[in-house]
Amino acid sequence: MSHKALSPAIYGLIAEFDTSTELVEAAQAAYAAGYRKMDAYSPFPIEEASDAIGFHKSRVPLVVLLGGLLGGLSGFGLQYWINVIAYPLNIGGKPYDSWPAFIVPTFEMTILFAGLSGMFGMFALNGLPMPYHPLFHVEQFSRVTRDKFFLCVEAADPKFDIVDTQRFMQSLKPVSIAEVPH
Amino acid sequence: MSQGPEEKTGLLDAPWQDEPPVLTPGQSYGSVTDQIADAVLTRPIGLGWLAGLAIGMGLVALLGAAVTYLFLVGVGIWGINIPVGWGFAIINFVWWIGIGHAGTLISAILLLLKQTWRNSINRFAEAMTLFAVACAGMFPLLHMGRPWLGYWMFPYPNSMGVWPQFRSPLVWDVFAVSTYATISAVFWYVGLVPDFATMREKAQSRYTKSIYGLLAMGWRGSARHWKRYEALYILLAGLATPLVLSVHTVVSFDFAISIVPGWHTTIFPPYFVAGAIYSGFAMVLVLAIPIRHFYGLQNMITMRHLQNSAKIMLATGLIVAYGYIFEAFIAFYSGSTYERFMMENRWFGPYAVFYWALILLNLVVPQVLWIPKVRANTTWLFLISLVILVGMWLERFIIIITSLSRDFLPSSWGHYVATRWDYAVFAGTLGFFAAAIFIFIRIMPAISIFEMRQLLPESEVKAK
Repeated sequence: MSHKALSPAIYGLIAEFDTSTELVEAAQAAYAAGYRKMDAYSPFPIEEASDAIGFHKSRVPLVVLLGGLLGGLSGFGLQYWINVIAYPLNIGGKPYDSWPAFIVPTFEMTILFAGLSGMFGMFALNGLPMPYHPLFHVEQFSRVTRDKFFLCVEAADPKFDIVDTQRFMQSLKPVSIAEVPH
Repeated sequence: MSQGPEEKTGLLDAPWQDEPPVLTPGQSYGSVTDQIADAVLTRPIGLGWLAGLAIGMGLVALLGAAVTYLFLVGVGIWGINIPVGWGFAIINFVWWIGIGHAGTLISAILLLLKQTWRNSINRFAEAMTLFAVACAGMFPLLHMGRPWLGYWMFPYPNSMGVWPQFRSPLVWDVFAVSTYATISAVFWYVGLVPDFATMREKAQSRYTKSIYGLLAMGWRGSARHWKRYEALYILLAGLATPLVLSVHTVVSFDFAISIVPGWHTTIFPPYFVAGAIYSGFAMVLVLAIPIRHFYGLQNMITMRHLQNSAKIMLATGLIVAYGYIFEAFIAFYSGSTYERFMMENRWFGPYAVFYWALILLNLVVPQVLWIPKVRANTTWLFLISLVILVGMWLERFIIIITSLSRDFLPSSWGHYVATRWDYAVFAGTLGFFAAAIFIFIRIMPAISIFEMRQLLPESEVKAK
């Protein structure tokens, strides 16, 4: 706790909701109230929730595209280099650069690289694996993997004020509100 | 993915009369979570499960023995010899890899087509894919004779200075099958991460909690995470869809690129893919019917799933039938003596009994699926699925053995008979598959929990 003066004593405030609709409405209200450093938590993907907190576009498709291009180009390049330059073999008089025959491994390498970079990209962009997170201190938060919905406004938000924010969150009529310790 | 509220209610109430629902009404987020997770976490280990696992493991032991002897002595212990160099090993390879295809079809293609009923069967269908591909992958390795040199198939810089020859469909196969196995595993694991988080929170003992915790990677259901997750999930489905079609196409190229009568035909790729899905759905039913019975999952894997699978089998079975008919037609229409002989040899030659058994099991018997009452009866569906699995195995037997045993020159003809070691290895992979499925349903949620929550009408965000 040496840098207590710099960072706030808590991670944020978390409100618990029963339904996806309440969560999305609460997130929209918080965004409208000017909060930006916040996140919604739910037991299944809710498209409207990420829109509500102002997160509209993920970079995963770009990562997949780049991975696919890299895989395809390196797959074709590898075959061309092997069968034309490094180790040319005459197979039934076919040209060394039998590019139609190279399409199958090129295609497979495209898919392989795209899929793997997508998975690693998704985890990396999400900052996972992260076995520890302050939210795991909140007892009721364990139900986020079951049937409850949560909105957490982080203390790092410039508009965050322990009293005001708590009052604001009360107005959203959550099931419960809790402070999230670090 | 996301559906309108009216589509969700459509999942509960049948869209047509007499059509069973995808999810029986009266369930909540908590109830679906508990039902699926408790089957793993709190359900005691039953005698039936132990017996099933014991049988599977017994066959795995047989596999170990058969493979050990194979490595000591060589592939001569199998029935293969010139001219039939491809025997059981390749038949089983094609059969197993075909079975895997239904898993990818369910998880990827049906996702893209927004067939939400898939949500309750995709998880174990994907597991089935992985285990089937593992069984398939063993065979080319064992068939090589010197499997410890299997890595020679991959392009890597080596002191011998040699490289693979990329005009060969056998090299394409290496790329297709290894990519397929990897992407199937990625798709499966990505789908499991949120459910591992559920298991982490529900597990009682510290030990299981930390294992699921490690696998869940600290998943906490953040909206930002879900957004990226959904983007990836749909992209993986989009990648897996052409991939699954390409894999069996490449497998069929192993045959079609050659000039052997009966193999050298352009109908092979679509006909192989349809056959793969046909046998794969049969395996889905063979697994789903006992699992839903013994684990009491009738409310999640409903008759709707079984009937839809039966309809897909009927449709793909007809494509396969078209393949058989056109194989015969082209054999005569081509005007090639060898092609015509190939067909006559299939009909009346030494393996004719297998050919007619194939027609009976694969084409004639499955036509009873036209009858709605048969589709509504789990016993019938189970038996017909077994019949189709045998039929599809015979199809590969006929394609491989009849063509190789009698090709162009009568002086080089031969006769293929499988040995006990062929059967031992095949039975061993069946046991491996069964044991893997038995272990899987005890340690992982066999139904995707978060996707089941999405099926509930209350998951829909109501506009103000």
